[in-house]
Amino acid sequence: MTDLISNAERVAPPPDRAAPREHCASPDRPALRVVRLRKQYAGVTALDEVSFAVGRGEIVGLLGPNGAGKTTTINVILGVLEASSGHVTIDGIDIARSRARALERTNFAAVYASLPGNLTVRQNLHFFGLLYAIDSLAARVEELLEEFDLGRLRDTRCGLLSSGEQTRAALAKALINRPGLLLLDEPTASLDPSAAQLIRAKIKGLAARQRCGILWTSHNMHEVQAVCDRVLLLSRGRVLLEGDPNTLPREHGASSLEELFIRVAREPLAAVPEVAR
Amino acid sequence: MRLRPVSAIVLRQIYLLRGSPVRVFGLVVWVTIDIVLWGFITRYLNTVSGSGVNFVPTLLGAVLLWDFSERIMQGVSTAFLEDVWSRNFLNLFSSPLSIAEYITGLVITSMITSCLGLITMLAVATAVFHLQFFALGISLAAFIAVLFVFGITLGIVATAIVLRFGPAAEWLLWPLPALLSPFAAVFYPLSILPGWMRAVAAALPPSYVFEGMRGLLAQGPFPGALLLKGGAIAAAELLAAAYLYAGVYRRAVRTGLLARYSAEGGV
Repeated sequence: MTDLISNAERVAPPPDRAAPREHCASPDRPALRVVRLRKQYAGVTALDEVSFAVGRGEIVGLLGPNGAGKTTTINVILGVLEASSGHVTIDGIDIARSRARALERTNFAAVYASLPGNLTVRQNLHFFGLLYAIDSLAARVEELLEEFDLGRLRDTRCGLLSSGEQTRAALAKALINRPGLLLLDEPTASLDPSAAQLIRAKIKGLAARQRCGILWTSHNMHEVQAVCDRVLLLSRGRVLLEGDPNTLPREHGASSLEELFIRVAREPLAAVPEVAR
Repeated sequence: MRLRPVSAIVLRQIYLLRGSPVRVFGLVVWVTIDIVLWGFITRYLNTVSGSGVNFVPTLLGAVLLWDFSERIMQGVSTAFLEDVWSRNFLNLFSSPLSIAEYITGLVITSMITSCLGLITMLAVATAVFHLQFFALGISLAAFIAVLFVFGITLGIVATAIVLRFGPAAEWLLWPLPALLSPFAAVFYPLSILPGWMRAVAAALPPSYVFEGMRGLLAQGPFPGALLLKGGAIAAAELLAAAYLYAGVYRRAVRTGLLARYSAEGGV
């Protein structure tokens, strides 16, 4: 467990509580920077000094057992949940200060946030395109319908689509604004292995092609190893481990990422403060 | 405020109306039933009262204006509830859409849907019951303006209630107009009400509209002072409602309620 302690310390950035100054978008700036994020609800600490960054073109896996704080982290990054302290910058823009500007560069897809089922695929893309004030929207919608093989389903209501088709539609929505930062909360959770593999390939291609930073949560460790350049292991609101998903298990004496995950997840509650400190 | 996000909120409702004629039917059928029902009641009252008073403009006109105000409120809250029912909150509020843009979109949506209802009511009331509504002249525009602002205010308060107490609080919204109507003195003069009810009525802009309308129909002068007072109260209450909504929204972001909405949409 001493390894865990040292890794947790390595992840934390230097203590700098001052809010970051805003900058213009720059190719050198990370797509996302999260600094000492803390969220408390009525005595419960959901996030405890969480810090990390996602570079451009990088896919970072955010792993952790249920209730570890993954979705809370994503919600804070998306501006739908206010952090108790700490800050989030997207492309150098502080979400708390310039919410709209930061979110123009961001998008997300999650199994629990499906597109309105009473609108067709094309209507949904058009609706979200307007929300993000996309130029040449009709052309962009056509482009995405083609890219995600949704052409024949364009006039089908999203509620009538299969899980795989809904995931493709949600991803098309998530790319409508060509985001510099993409948040994917278990994007392949309801897909069969073949469909999941196709989606993974598409997202990997996207990160490489568009230099889009991607934060990906998943409980599928094989998927994480196949897709992510780096992983963060979150438990009870703290980042405990960080590293290459293919070498991290060995570095911590585990035979696989799954074994390492299980070890962290089953850490007794009483032992957690020791691990974290 | 940016136009395209506002138009997105409006367009979503247009898509829904276009895709389901039943929704359009719902916008016009209930108001038609109301006008038909009250139209016959007023006709009956005209025949039995023997007072020579024509109840058509006073009662049917009041029903029409109150229904309009109610439809405005429902237009705002139904458009909002569509996002609750379809668990669309997370998608909406993780976009660059601002609260002001969202509310503006809901208000424009409500204007479109309630105008459909208003036109239907006017057509039925004029054609079947010979209501000479436009005889009220310029006052009619002022009455409608005050009731419109009041309906928007009520709609914003209703959505704030759902945002604060969760999707299950939807059932608190629908009776709101019925709860307020006795105080708004829609069908009777304010002087009928006991003192405490008159005090409540003083805070409700519709009470000034209906009092003014009755005065005008009784060949009184243009109720300028009443309308001015009602309009000022309506504007102040609209600002207060916007402030309330912004406060409830901020709290929802702070407490995580907004983030939980997608999961709780059906609760």
